[in-house]
Amino acid sequence: MVDITERARKLREVAYYPGCALEGSGNGYDVSTRAIAYELGLKLRDVKDWNCCGAMEVKNIDPKIQTYLSSRVLSQAVNANRNPVVMAPCNGCYHNLKKAEYDLAHDPKSREVVAQLSTKAGHETYEAGQAETIHALDWIKDTIGEEGLRQRTKGRLAGLKIANYYGCMYVRPRHIFPEKDKGPGSESTSKPHFMDDLLAAAGADNVEFPLKTACCGGAHTLSDSDTSTKLVLNILQAAEASGAEVIATECPTCHSGLEMHQIRAEKRFGKKTNVKILYFTQLLGLALGIKPRKLGIQQNISNSLDFIHEKGLT
Amino acid sequence: MATFTEIETRIDEIAEAGPSAPPGLTLCASELLSLGETVLERWIVARGETPTNETREGFRLLALHRQGAKGDPSFNACRETARELAYHYNLVTLEPQHPDTAKRIRLAAMVAKHLVLFVGGKLEVSGLGDFCCAAKPVRATETTN
Repeated sequence: MVDITERARKLREVAYYPGCALEGSGNGYDVSTRAIAYELGLKLRDVKDWNCCGAMEVKNIDPKIQTYLSSRVLSQAVNANRNPVVMAPCNGCYHNLKKAEYDLAHDPKSREVVAQLSTKAGHETYEAGQAETIHALDWIKDTIGEEGLRQRTKGRLAGLKIANYYGCMYVRPRHIFPEKDKGPGSESTSKPHFMDDLLAAAGADNVEFPLKTACCGGAHTLSDSDTSTKLVLNILQAAEASGAEVIATECPTCHSGLEMHQIRAEKRFGKKTNVKILYFTQLLGLALGIKPRKLGIQQNISNSLDFIHEKGLT
Repeated sequence: MATFTEIETRIDEIAEAGPSAPPGLTLCASELLSLGETVLERWIVARGETPTNETREGFRLLALHRQGAKGDPSFNACRETARELAYHYNLVTLEPQHPDTAKRIRLAAMVAKHLVLFVGGKLEVSGLGDFCCAAKPVRATETTN
């Protein structure tokens, strides 16, 4: 019997903030997140009239404008959706909303700028503490949990060797994630494990992967592609050396970077890697018996469909 | 002093040689740790500082990383990489007879390579890690109001 805690009840319906990547290159992440929500009986209500979180581009020029943009998303969730829990599957969105929360709690100048711009834009000013931002990993972990997944998936991912890649923005900088590193049960910023825990509950065989949060070059993909390709190639090769058949991702930027540089590494450096790259929500969806097409797997750049058939996951 | 390319080549040799890696697996672990220290020393020297000889948690590598990250939070993007290298050194040297030792050396080599690639990349493109991990406004001075 699954224990339904107060927190699990609170998170069964959340304000969903897909962000721009999940409407574009990371659409498979959006499709699979919605598909598993439906299957698990969880409700996602899109943040009404959501806007850009400020991403890296705005933050790169003026971090206070980024704080404002993220604060408006939080304001919309609280005032338009009437839901104080915002679930952001994208690491960039999640990071920026967390950073805005931190800035508004600690920096008077940020509060001043956000109040001015919110008034000018004609919406309620968001104040620190009104909402809680969670990642898709927190959401599944706190609502369904490992035991709930174990019961529902019946070990369907058994024998699948997975390297879990979390990327950087899920854990860095540490001070914007005050709920992490709180001991047993909490997420770790140095060795994150929530994705490992959830996939293991679905039967997966997680490998020891030493580059879980290693830099992939990220935003330098366009300005210095060779550095990014080399960093990604090393991550892919390390995953294979760890014995992984699949790299599980939980960030659309990481995911696209791994997929694109996997192709570029072969073209540019003649280095071919065969490890598959799938969102953790796609893997959980397969474990729940959802068809690959309904999980947007055909939208991924790398082709995993034959592999999924071979593994009997369709 | 070895160049970054030479360091990378040596790390690749260790990674590819696997169980037959000369001059022996535990010595390879020490060499990888030493190569990691060399890479971090380069970063610190490039900042105009003298690399520390202190240790942290028993490793000079970790003390060097701490020194390299002082005042530059984006350098924390390789903090866990440095810690993984120290961890793999411990695995190999404390359990040299373990059946996974060859695999552990290979992974240690890949971790060391990541350190070389990141620090080498950062020496060429200083913004690497800046605006994602450290959330720094690296282009703020290039805009006009």
